[in-house]
Amino acid sequence: MLEIEIDGKKLTVPDGSTVMEAAEAVGTYIPHFCYHKKLSVAANCRMCLVQVEKAPKPLPACATPVTDGMRVFTKSDLAVKAQQGVMEFLLINHPLDCPICDQGGECQLQDLAVGYGDVDSRFSEVKRVVPNKDLGPLISTDMTRCIHCTRCVRFSEEIAGAQEIGMAGRGEHSEVMSFIGLTVDSEISGNVIDLCPVGALTSKPFRYQARSWELSRRKGVSPHDGLGSNLILQTKGGRVVRVLPRENESINECWISDRDRFSYEALMSSERLLTPELTIGGQVVSTSWDSALSKVAEEIKGTIEKFGADSIGVVASPNSTVEELYLINKLFGGGLGVRAINTFGRMSDYRLVSESEGVRWLGQSISELRQSDLFMIVGSDLRMESPLLAQQIRQSVKRGAELCVLSPSSSKQLCRSVERIVRPDELLSSLVSIAHSVVVKIGKSVPAVLQLAGLLADDDPMVEAIAKVAGRGGRISILLGEQVENSPQALEIAKVASLFAEAISAEFGWSFASANKVGAQLLTVDSADPTFSRQRKMLIGFGVDLCADSPNAQLMSHQVRAADALVLFSPFKPLSHVAPFSASLPVAPFSETGGSYINIEGVVQAFNGAVRCAGDARPGWKVLRVLGNLLSIPGFDYQSVEDVRRAALGDLEKLSSSTLNNSIDVEDVRINEKHNALIRVGDVPIYQSDAVVRRSHSLQETKLAGCSRLARMNSKTLSSLMINHGDNVLVSQGGAEFSIVAEEDDTLPDFAVALPAVIDGCGVLGELYGPISVKKNM
Amino acid sequence: MLTADSLFQIDLELKKYPESQKRSAVMSALRIAQSELGWLSQDTIKFVAGYLGLMPMAVYEVATFYNMYDLAPRGKYKLTVCTNLPCALSGGEDALDYLKRKLSISIGEVTADGRFSLHEGECMGACGYAPVVLVNNHSMCRNMTPQAIDSMLAEFD
Repeated sequence: MLEIEIDGKKLTVPDGSTVMEAAEAVGTYIPHFCYHKKLSVAANCRMCLVQVEKAPKPLPACATPVTDGMRVFTKSDLAVKAQQGVMEFLLINHPLDCPICDQGGECQLQDLAVGYGDVDSRFSEVKRVVPNKDLGPLISTDMTRCIHCTRCVRFSEEIAGAQEIGMAGRGEHSEVMSFIGLTVDSEISGNVIDLCPVGALTSKPFRYQARSWELSRRKGVSPHDGLGSNLILQTKGGRVVRVLPRENESINECWISDRDRFSYEALMSSERLLTPELTIGGQVVSTSWDSALSKVAEEIKGTIEKFGADSIGVVASPNSTVEELYLINKLFGGGLGVRAINTFGRMSDYRLVSESEGVRWLGQSISELRQSDLFMIVGSDLRMESPLLAQQIRQSVKRGAELCVLSPSSSKQLCRSVERIVRPDELLSSLVSIAHSVVVKIGKSVPAVLQLAGLLADDDPMVEAIAKVAGRGGRISILLGEQVENSPQALEIAKVASLFAEAISAEFGWSFASANKVGAQLLTVDSADPTFSRQRKMLIGFGVDLCADSPNAQLMSHQVRAADALVLFSPFKPLSHVAPFSASLPVAPFSETGGSYINIEGVVQAFNGAVRCAGDARPGWKVLRVLGNLLSIPGFDYQSVEDVRRAALGDLEKLSSSTLNNSIDVEDVRINEKHNALIRVGDVPIYQSDAVVRRSHSLQETKLAGCSRLARMNSKTLSSLMINHGDNVLVSQGGAEFSIVAEEDDTLPDFAVALPAVIDGCGVLGELYGPISVKKNM
Repeated sequence: MLTADSLFQIDLELKKYPESQKRSAVMSALRIAQSELGWLSQDTIKFVAGYLGLMPMAVYEVATFYNMYDLAPRGKYKLTVCTNLPCALSGGEDALDYLKRKLSISIGEVTADGRFSLHEGECMGACGYAPVVLVNNHSMCRNMTPQAIDSMLAEFD
């Protein structure tokens, strides 16, 4: 510990602290632009110059390490004069176009210029002008305003993992830019907008929408992935106009993903459903809630009377709130005896529900996960599923942890990693082989299940890496992702992973790509009878696009077409009204309702609605309450969303360790025989993950969204099928065909076709990780 | 894109640094690529980035920072005239003007026959011999009075 005195205040700080950190600890603000606590120190803006006793000249606080007995003066004449000098230089080439700048009112340069700038400029020469850059559909640029702090450059390299932004040129000619012709395509690129201390990088969708002082700030929680990033929803005139991160060091730090940041665009899109709509005999009529809900209640009663409760199937999005899921289960499950309630998204192996001993979760807290010495990611394209969790793992790898990835297809890890890409149907056998080899290598006894597959070569890099960390007793985390969750062999993979974890004393858990998968498991009464296993007379969807959000779009679209009645609770217009009776009921999206989500570490995060409901939309819990009353089910007289939460969770803030349990109760694990038939890799594209994201205009224009509209195969697969890169191909699954462009992608395993779970016209495709055939389209 | 010989030279440079620090070889790799191809096109920069496992922007930053990397085709003889203060005081500006008139090109341009291109340079550390002109980044000509320039130009084929 070192002693330091800042402006007369004495304190002790740990060795290695900088003056800036010490000042922050005593609450002294030192003006700065380039310094950011999460980024490396650049010390290039020079705004944080302070006076240090015995130093001959002012020193930058961000880059000056504290020495014992140091005395620092941040407001002395020398310091202030230095800061004023720096400000004068910074303003020389700054356009001072604050009145037309989106950053105006929340600009660090503007704020500090009030304190340190002069009333007029001594610079009479011509200011420099820098051409704007095209960084893609999310980030808007006004590069003349740039003060070259390089925060965005350091972010792209250090946090996003790939240096897409850089500073070209030198001295007066330097410009922050992306490589010529390339846009910024990171899945967390939007954070540079927050980082930019001036108005050089601003939000493109938000451009000229509002001035910052007109905005109200409301707390929110991300509805798009299992991490539960904390958000600030900024609203104006009853609309969400911008979404920013709310700092929570134990969850999202100070970042959010682009999906969280820009999905709000869908909330005001023309696709919003604003009044209840009924379709009777082919006629669509807008109607009042009273008549819509009483018609729906009648229809439900009628169906149950005629065909029994098993003729109804309910699909609710795992991004629904705890309150909504609780009421759905209480209403349809408890109240009406419906057994087919599916709240598990694209999961296709329902044995996971019946054989799990508790609520599957991350297996540890997120902060504990970050402390791992080795991450083994099984069946996950983590960057696309949970961009910030992937980011946190990257930071751990940077600090020396190892990363092993076993997956059928994965985006670049952007950090040191050992990867093994296998066919989806070989995920299980590969995992068994790796587990078998590692356990043998560290000399522990091998459980019988892990002996089902042979040993790998002794120098297999993944086995070596895991055995090394396991051997020295390091902390290992095995994470299963959506590719396992949605796999037909999910149960076996989970069992093997848990046995493996036990054998090497590792942590084992799940990373879900839905906001409330943990809550969905907790609240589900009974779903032993999955919705789409057989034809239902009545299908009820909550917050989903029935086909796009199902594990088998083909089956689901048959179901939808053959159903007599269709009831959709959704913020958005349904894609078509096909059933003889169909009702579309506008429920509020995440921004317009109160509720709570339980994230992958079991933490309950509650939020209130940020804005009033659009049109006649109503919060889901209220709609379900009224429907419960109309169906005369007792116990549906909740006064507030808090009442519902209390009924669902009690006063829990975090699920107890007795509820959260990843144990799998299965003894018999069998491994399929190897074969070489073509198989589909049906990952969920990042910007198709749920109904809201799907309708966000700017996200759909990004390169990441475009990548998902292709059928990708490796060169070996392509040549064996006599298809060339760029050819139009016919893909068929279950007798239905679909035409799409083929692309070569050598990161995929042999005889696998990466064809996203959701693409335009995807309704004809079936199993996400099932057999498929591909031929050239003549 | 580059010949086996150039790649071999880049590999030699890479051997000087740890496996995980390929970025350290970026300047040498760019120099080798430029020696072979004459200048650094965007494609060349992308190639070098791919070869070193870097993002193209990381290489582009370096290529645009240093004067001796040419980001546009240059003449067979690249003449760089120092115009920093000591040279300027001793006739550096005059040497530049003389070359401009003599070759009928201005800074950054290439003569119609593609033989000469003219560039403004920073201090080459030979102020005692001002004004100085650097030919093709490697050979330095000193005391470049108009007569000296004439005889220098006459020597080129």
